[in-house]
Amino acid sequence: MQLIPCPWCGPREEAEFHYGGQAHVAYPEDPSALTDEEWARYLFFRDNPSGPFAERWSHSAGCRRWFNAVRDTRTHDLLAVYRVGEPMPEVTP
Amino acid sequence: MSSSAQPPGAHLPEHPDFLWDDTEPKASYDVVVVGGGGHGLATAYYLAKVHGITNVAVLEKGWLAGGNMARNTTIIRSNYLWDESSGIYEHSLKLWEGLEDDLGYPVLFDQRGVLNLAHSLQDVRDGVRRVNANRLNGIDAEWLDPAGVEEICPIVNTSPDVRHPVLGATYQPRAGIAKHDHVAWGYARAAHAMGVDLVQDCEVTGLETAGGRISAVRTSRGRILAGKVALCAAGHSSVLAKMAGLRLPLASHPLQALVSELLEPVHPTVVMSNAVHVYVSQAHKGELVMGAGIDSYNGYGQRGSFHVIEQQMSAALELFPVFARAHLLRTWAGIVDVSPDASPIVGLTPVAGLYLNCGWGTGGFKATPGVGHCFAHTVANDEPHPFNAPFTLERFTTGALVDEHGAAAVAH
Amino acid sequence: MTFRTPTGGSIDRNTLLRFTFDGRAYTGHPGDTLASALLAHGVHEIGRSVKLGRPRGVVAAGSEDPTSLVQVETPFSEPMLLATTVELYDGLEARGLSGQGRLSTEPDPARYDAKHEHCDVLVVGAGPAGLVAALTAARSGARVVLADEQNRAGGALLGVDEYLDDRPSAEWVADVVAELKSTPGVLVLERTTAFGMYQDGFVLALQKRTDHLGFAAPATAARQRVWRIRTRRTVLATGAHERPVVFAGNDRPGIMLASSARTFLHRYGVLPGSRAVVFTTNDSAYCAAIDLAESGVDIALVVDARPEAPARLAAECAARGVEVRAGHVVTGTGGAGRVTGAHVAPLGGAPGYPDSVVCDTVLVSGGWNPVVGLFSQARGRLRYDAGLGAFVPGEELPSVAVAGAATGELDLTACARQGRNAGAAAAAAAGFPSGGQVALPVSDSRCTARSGLVLWRVPGDEATSFVDLQRDATVSDVLRATGTGLRSLEHIKRYTTIGTAHDQGKTSGMIAAGIVAEALGVELAEQRPTTFRPPFTPVSFAALAGRDRGELHDPVRVTALHPWHVARGALFEDVGQWKRPRYYPEDGEDLHAAVLRECKATRQSVGMMDGSTLGKIDVQGADAGEFLDMLYTNVMSTLKVGRIRYGVMCGLDGMVMDDGTVIRVAEQRYVVTTTTGNAAKVLDWMEEWLQTEWPHLDVHCTSVTEHWATIPLVGPRSRDVLAAVAPGLDVSNEAFEFMTWRDTAVAGVPARVCRISFSGELAYEINVTAWHGIAVWEALMAAGEEYGITPYGTETMHVLRAEKGYPIIGQETDATVTPQDLGMAWAVSKKKADFIGKRSFARAENNRPDRKQLVGLLPVDPSVLLPEGSQVVETDRVPQPPVRMLGHVTSSYPSAALGRTFALALVRSGRERIGETVYVPVEDSLVPVTVTESVLYDKEGARRDG
Repeated sequence: MQLIPCPWCGPREEAEFHYGGQAHVAYPEDPSALTDEEWARYLFFRDNPSGPFAERWSHSAGCRRWFNAVRDTRTHDLLAVYRVGEPMPEVTP
Repeated sequence: MSSSAQPPGAHLPEHPDFLWDDTEPKASYDVVVVGGGGHGLATAYYLAKVHGITNVAVLEKGWLAGGNMARNTTIIRSNYLWDESSGIYEHSLKLWEGLEDDLGYPVLFDQRGVLNLAHSLQDVRDGVRRVNANRLNGIDAEWLDPAGVEEICPIVNTSPDVRHPVLGATYQPRAGIAKHDHVAWGYARAAHAMGVDLVQDCEVTGLETAGGRISAVRTSRGRILAGKVALCAAGHSSVLAKMAGLRLPLASHPLQALVSELLEPVHPTVVMSNAVHVYVSQAHKGELVMGAGIDSYNGYGQRGSFHVIEQQMSAALELFPVFARAHLLRTWAGIVDVSPDASPIVGLTPVAGLYLNCGWGTGGFKATPGVGHCFAHTVANDEPHPFNAPFTLERFTTGALVDEHGAAAVAH
Repeated sequence: MTFRTPTGGSIDRNTLLRFTFDGRAYTGHPGDTLASALLAHGVHEIGRSVKLGRPRGVVAAGSEDPTSLVQVETPFSEPMLLATTVELYDGLEARGLSGQGRLSTEPDPARYDAKHEHCDVLVVGAGPAGLVAALTAARSGARVVLADEQNRAGGALLGVDEYLDDRPSAEWVADVVAELKSTPGVLVLERTTAFGMYQDGFVLALQKRTDHLGFAAPATAARQRVWRIRTRRTVLATGAHERPVVFAGNDRPGIMLASSARTFLHRYGVLPGSRAVVFTTNDSAYCAAIDLAESGVDIALVVDARPEAPARLAAECAARGVEVRAGHVVTGTGGAGRVTGAHVAPLGGAPGYPDSVVCDTVLVSGGWNPVVGLFSQARGRLRYDAGLGAFVPGEELPSVAVAGAATGELDLTACARQGRNAGAAAAAAAGFPSGGQVALPVSDSRCTARSGLVLWRVPGDEATSFVDLQRDATVSDVLRATGTGLRSLEHIKRYTTIGTAHDQGKTSGMIAAGIVAEALGVELAEQRPTTFRPPFTPVSFAALAGRDRGELHDPVRVTALHPWHVARGALFEDVGQWKRPRYYPEDGEDLHAAVLRECKATRQSVGMMDGSTLGKIDVQGADAGEFLDMLYTNVMSTLKVGRIRYGVMCGLDGMVMDDGTVIRVAEQRYVVTTTTGNAAKVLDWMEEWLQTEWPHLDVHCTSVTEHWATIPLVGPRSRDVLAAVAPGLDVSNEAFEFMTWRDTAVAGVPARVCRISFSGELAYEINVTAWHGIAVWEALMAAGEEYGITPYGTETMHVLRAEKGYPIIGQETDATVTPQDLGMAWAVSKKKADFIGKRSFARAENNRPDRKQLVGLLPVDPSVLLPEGSQVVETDRVPQPPVRMLGHVTSSYPSAALGRTFALALVRSGRERIGETVYVPVEDSLVPVTVTESVLYDKEGARRDG
């Protein structure tokens, strides 16, 4: 069980959190302007790297806030957490 | 089924005296299969056997069948809801039924049946729906009431007074388990005997294209020219596809499983429960083999979080109070590539000569013969076999998903 | 004959414990294990091997033992325990196993629990290194947890008679433990095995709290406890396991690890036999030979594989009349059951007949394997140490240190120094500077284990040279595996099953690796060791489930009205975590009879139900309307205060996710209802969008589900009933229109009454604070008495809504159904520029003419009830499979109002098929049914206004 540093509450047990997949996938400005391919890319296609990955977590059994994290998917080590709206920090895995 | 009169394990057939030779990769192959797990080995086997394509290499970055093939709970069934799924899984099940003879290898396919338990009225509706669909698709399926469940598997707690009472179950008698190493080694040995090169410790580091067509594979053991490349890399599919500039609708997650010590036969079938989140069988030698849901996050670390195991134990004891004093002997994790509709992606790609077989999530083992057979057809003919034709990458654009979450959301 | 020494050992000789093994009665003492008590009686044959049925004895004294498997029968049956780790208690009954245990069919009466512990430094292992590490860290002020699998601290010291600093080692151990226990913030856990190393300092440990008490264990105490330890730093002082050397006939009972024999002597006062051959590759076994000789065992011979015996130790042996034969090995043994003789010959010497030495015991030492399982679990890389012949920790980990014999160091003072350094470093890293140096103990031990010869096996009959005694895997098996072309240790492990048994290869794994490397002609340093996986030692399922059993497995949620339903004799249905009344049988009614009665009463007069489980989310803020416009397919921002609108919510894929009513409470406040099962999901969904996509919106969401008791009052007489209990409310159709709400008092309690209907009847949904739920419910029952008011459950609700064609999310939908499929295009805004799911409606698949659509089905025979979940086919004959299926029956009921059965179904091109006959396979027949529109009752909606 990972210890996840919620940027609002501090380190908490993983069981308190809900995973939200890749971060920084913005809802399109105007979905109706997208082709089916473009819409499918937004809907279903996500980065799935082996290495640092910017992703979303929600402290669902705590403060219920969403935040972003950079985690190394090879080691599962959390490299950084940051609040929604903040830019992704530089990390060294 | 194991006989309790015999000492456990004694009845397991031996492996043969010769399996395969480790091979140095050649400079060029007609087909390079990336991934020496069950799917890759089966694909190579059917390429050679059915299509006569033997200038084939299977590249494995570690040891053959050491990835998910070595880590799965070996449940085999075909009782999926949708026509597309039942098509390919039933095709696979039929191949399982003849596999031992086909490979000349004891794969220990044991058709002990599978129960999918229902714990709510909606589970019952979904289960009956699936049974009816299965029957019309020619798949053996029965709906059992709690007494019927007890008859098939007396150790399931069918008391109405438990937290999640068993209200019934679907039952597929032809389902079962097999011995994963035997399956993989059977395919490897047979493919090798037909001239397929099995190259271990050979990690693919790049895919080269020329004029929109795949041309070569770069590996930790050098560059290999390839007429066609077939990806069978399960959890690492996204990483490999990216080497050819492809982005896939996949997320790679840890999936944990566990075994107990050897126990006298107590569990005669395979039981899966969606609501209580557990699936369990008793393997040939007597160990309980168990799994649950995937860990929530993306991960390539082949490790999961222990609370998932604890929840699994809690769920297992709800269904099987007799397991209380069984012991957890070993836990492990694989990496499963999960697609948005919980169905696989098998077919052509925008890169000519590059073929994709991925997205099997937790269900890849049971598909091994079926997908090996169909994927070999796809690679050999440059067009999908009818059974894998629905499982295109394009379906995510058109919306023609094969959503197996709803009615068959049980992992495996 | 007894093999108990006259004195010595940490046992209470004044107390006698009775136990049985394989049905025979024996005695032992407190402090014994089952193994030591049996050995004291000369019982060496514990069970039989799993494949070959050969007798198996006791090889090691601790948890690494590969063979002494027993089924403990009392006080509760438990399979596959090691006799070497079962502490003896009065009344213990056990029997030997053949590699396979048996599960009891009785329910386990024991309790289990789990405890969280946070610390700065966790030390695993209370041997010399661990004790010094823990004490060093403790003196710094750090919070320390010291966990050890044994029932007392001391580790390897428990099995020797060494003096530390001129006093018995037990005194030194006692002093350290006493200081630890008296230091605030230090937790010493005995009988506690750290079994799993996870990320971020998360370590799982199992404590056996009452097992050793047997029948005296208090029923209320948790038998075993899982410690979930979160630590900043970990020091692994897990020691080393002695390993054997493989030789022909090495599996006979009476063949034991030398240090384990020494442990049985010093800890339990038990001799392994009368006459022993000691076979070693290193110095440490000399101490066993000397100690046992001094205790009266006839040491027939010390066989040392090294070309020269260590002079000093050889002299000590000679002084005791013990012959040492250097450059020799044991090449075989004899004996029908227990070993009766050993064959001794020169190692690699000229062929010839070996010497046969009569003995009942062979003590073996092939060197020491550092216990690196936990280090490996922590993802530490291992390195092969050629001098030691073992894998050792090969790198430094950021937060996990290794100290003592676990590093390969076998000198006591050096181990203690490592412990001190590791303890100090761990405490310092956790922010605690040094707090007083711990003095390092110095041992008087004669023997060190260094300067050993690495010898995996003695050439000989490969088929009886056992590598894994538990799996019956021999050198033949290994060579057969390497002969097949397999090169990887993982493959060979699987081919031979070595290392996969109960002991997970603690004593066999290294030897197997060595034999494989020899067979393949490769260096061990180039071999990847097989992976160590959790748990370190087996853990019962029940311990891991802990308290999360039964009711606590998954919380049950009940409404404020639940006690009333129970008293009324309702039968319940599980919906998510909620218990909902399904129906209220009267006088032996079955489901159908009760539901027909409840439906009829409701349609003809008045009924009511508990609707409290529906999710309710309070949505507030200046942008609440804009927000809801994005979430629902229809427009909510135009809803006027005081009014209510039904809404459908879709996922991004355009598939129906949830539905419910939305009421506008104030300009900037809405309360939305969700389905019972989706309440949490919808709130999560809202918060996710608000926080991650639209943080600029001024909207706040709060779940208020449990604040309210919600009572739909339904039927033509509902207005009369409401009027009676809400005198302040003008209930006329004109004053209180459909799809509006009013705040008023009901039965004297502040209430919000919504005029909505899920049945087509005139209906009111009465919401009061949960506290007042039962009072208001009872007031409604009383007021409705004259109209025969009838409480009804979910089944009647389902029938009433189905008669009106209203879908239930999750029953009519399965994540592949759009609002249009449900015939709800009217609820999908054409005006809004965007809402979640809208874009997906334009995809090709969503515009196929043959999509499955919600329709009604009327069996041609009006008495035939279609089973829910039935499939629908086109033809009146079922062709060969696969059969084309048109869809399936989602809901099916007998209807009092229609005087017949009916069903709802999702059918391909369903709306085009209205009027057609299609077929439903039921068992072996085909039931003809007519496709109709989904609304079957009161199509004009005449009953809505009463």
